[in-house]
Amino acid sequence: MIRNTGNHTQTALRTSLPETELASRANFAPHARVVREERPAQITGLPLSIRGLRKSFGDNEVLRGIDLHIPAGQFVAIVGKSGCGKSTLLRLIAGLEKIDAGSISFGQDFQPRDIQPEDIRVMFQEPRLLPWARVLANVEVGLGRDRASKYAHARAEKALTEVGLADKRDQWPSVLSGGQKQRVALGRALVSRPRVLAFDEPLGALDALTRISMQRLLERVWRDQGFTAILVTHDVAEAVALADRVLVIEEGRIAHDLVVNAGRPRQRGSAELAGLEGSILSHLLSADDRT
Amino acid sequence: MSLIDSISLPRNIRLPRVDGLVPWIVPLAIIAIWQIACVTGFVPTRVLPAPSDVALAGWKLLLSGELVRNIWVSFWRASIGFLIGGSIGFAFGLANGLSQLSAKLTDTTLQMVRNVPHLALIPLVILWFGIDESAKLFLVALGVFFPIYLNTLHGIRTVDPQLIEMGRIYGMTDGELFRRVIFPGALPSIFVGIRFALGIMWLTLIVAETIAASSGLGYMAMQAREFMLIDVVVLSILIYALLGKLADSASRVLERLTLSWHPAFQKR
Repeated sequence: MIRNTGNHTQTALRTSLPETELASRANFAPHARVVREERPAQITGLPLSIRGLRKSFGDNEVLRGIDLHIPAGQFVAIVGKSGCGKSTLLRLIAGLEKIDAGSISFGQDFQPRDIQPEDIRVMFQEPRLLPWARVLANVEVGLGRDRASKYAHARAEKALTEVGLADKRDQWPSVLSGGQKQRVALGRALVSRPRVLAFDEPLGALDALTRISMQRLLERVWRDQGFTAILVTHDVAEAVALADRVLVIEEGRIAHDLVVNAGRPRQRGSAELAGLEGSILSHLLSADDRT
Repeated sequence: MSLIDSISLPRNIRLPRVDGLVPWIVPLAIIAIWQIACVTGFVPTRVLPAPSDVALAGWKLLLSGELVRNIWVSFWRASIGFLIGGSIGFAFGLANGLSQLSAKLTDTTLQMVRNVPHLALIPLVILWFGIDESAKLFLVALGVFFPIYLNTLHGIRTVDPQLIEMGRIYGMTDGELFRRVIFPGALPSIFVGIRFALGIMWLTLIVAETIAASSGLGYMAMQAREFMLIDVVVLSILIYALLGKLADSASRVLERLTLSWHPAFQKR
């Protein structure tokens, strides 16, 4: 019943808005509709353990001791007010900043696996595409050291198909819309089959409808590929719509750790999700009142 | 669909031709007015010869082979001087854009040298090199050096740091980062430098040839002045204008080829 209503709205969007078309068409794919389970089809993601993580910039202590375990293949959303340290946490996980104290380990418990740089990918708020490279070449950048291999082209084309932009392969990035650029960036992040994918507000700069279609696309590729997903966002609705688990960060610490039990695919604006969103928002706002 | 095709096709063919002619309307009009002014006696031919006389002088020089030889000599000097000065400027621009140490070491010196007008060195250069080829090449190379150096440096320093971070995350080696991110990002600015340098290249060469040379366009103009051949003097000036335009067009073609990704160079 719920699913039917969902498809109705998608059909309506599809006829009126070309931007949302490809991603919503992807939702019609048979495998995406039949599967209605919490976990991804096959889990290729890495588990991740963070212990006593601290980071400061000058006198400003941004992270004040983070302890966290993320099981393989989980979709975790990190929310919090701006300046709470959520982006810093993500950049530390992705290896873009140096750790002051504590540890981040990938793999089972205390046996840090020998991880390849291709195993962890980041997607930013800006697409960061090379303007002088065609769309396909931009996706190939994501292959890392495999760029020179003879399969590079084929793999990049496959990733481009996954994000629904196969027909744009020979375009320059400057002719793409904001949503399409971000989809190319997603294709570039996916092409090396990462085991951890970190999203730093990847949809923050998109308009509302493009956002929804991108959220569906993110959910679909996560379920198809089973990587561990860490999404930093300021949009609580987005966090509860996508994640298995929502972490609320306040003043450099994890203030709340909530599990989202709603089934997938999720119905946006359902009472269950709205209730959860309301309680997270009230947490965030009450923290605001205290200060 | 077929209707739209048949309408838009002839327009597509006609437009570029008209577009190509428009820039030449003004120069041709000036020549026409000039011719009329000379023929009616409004301008005495001792002050300014008619365009037809200039063309005639050009034809005579062409037949004697003098014109081609002088243009070739000037063209050769300009290109070699440009190549030498441009390469050194580009190399310093790269080094100082990529390495803090190199920038600290040389940038201040280069900025001081830059503020000396290079044509002020002509007396010194004549003392050093005589009126040999090397004197002209030295001056052209020196003049061309600075615009290329400054714009290469600026281009490399202003490459989007977010793209550089992206390149590093995706495991690019230093060489790859340069080839795929930094150099293409600096290219639009490098082209600005090249076009500035082409202007300075002609200016320097002409001044140098006028003062100290035994061949070349500047020499031809000076010789003509000695013998009061005003039509040849005007001819030389017109050839400078054409050569300058030619160099600019060449750099535009190059720009169009290498910057086709840039929104400013995409066909609408």
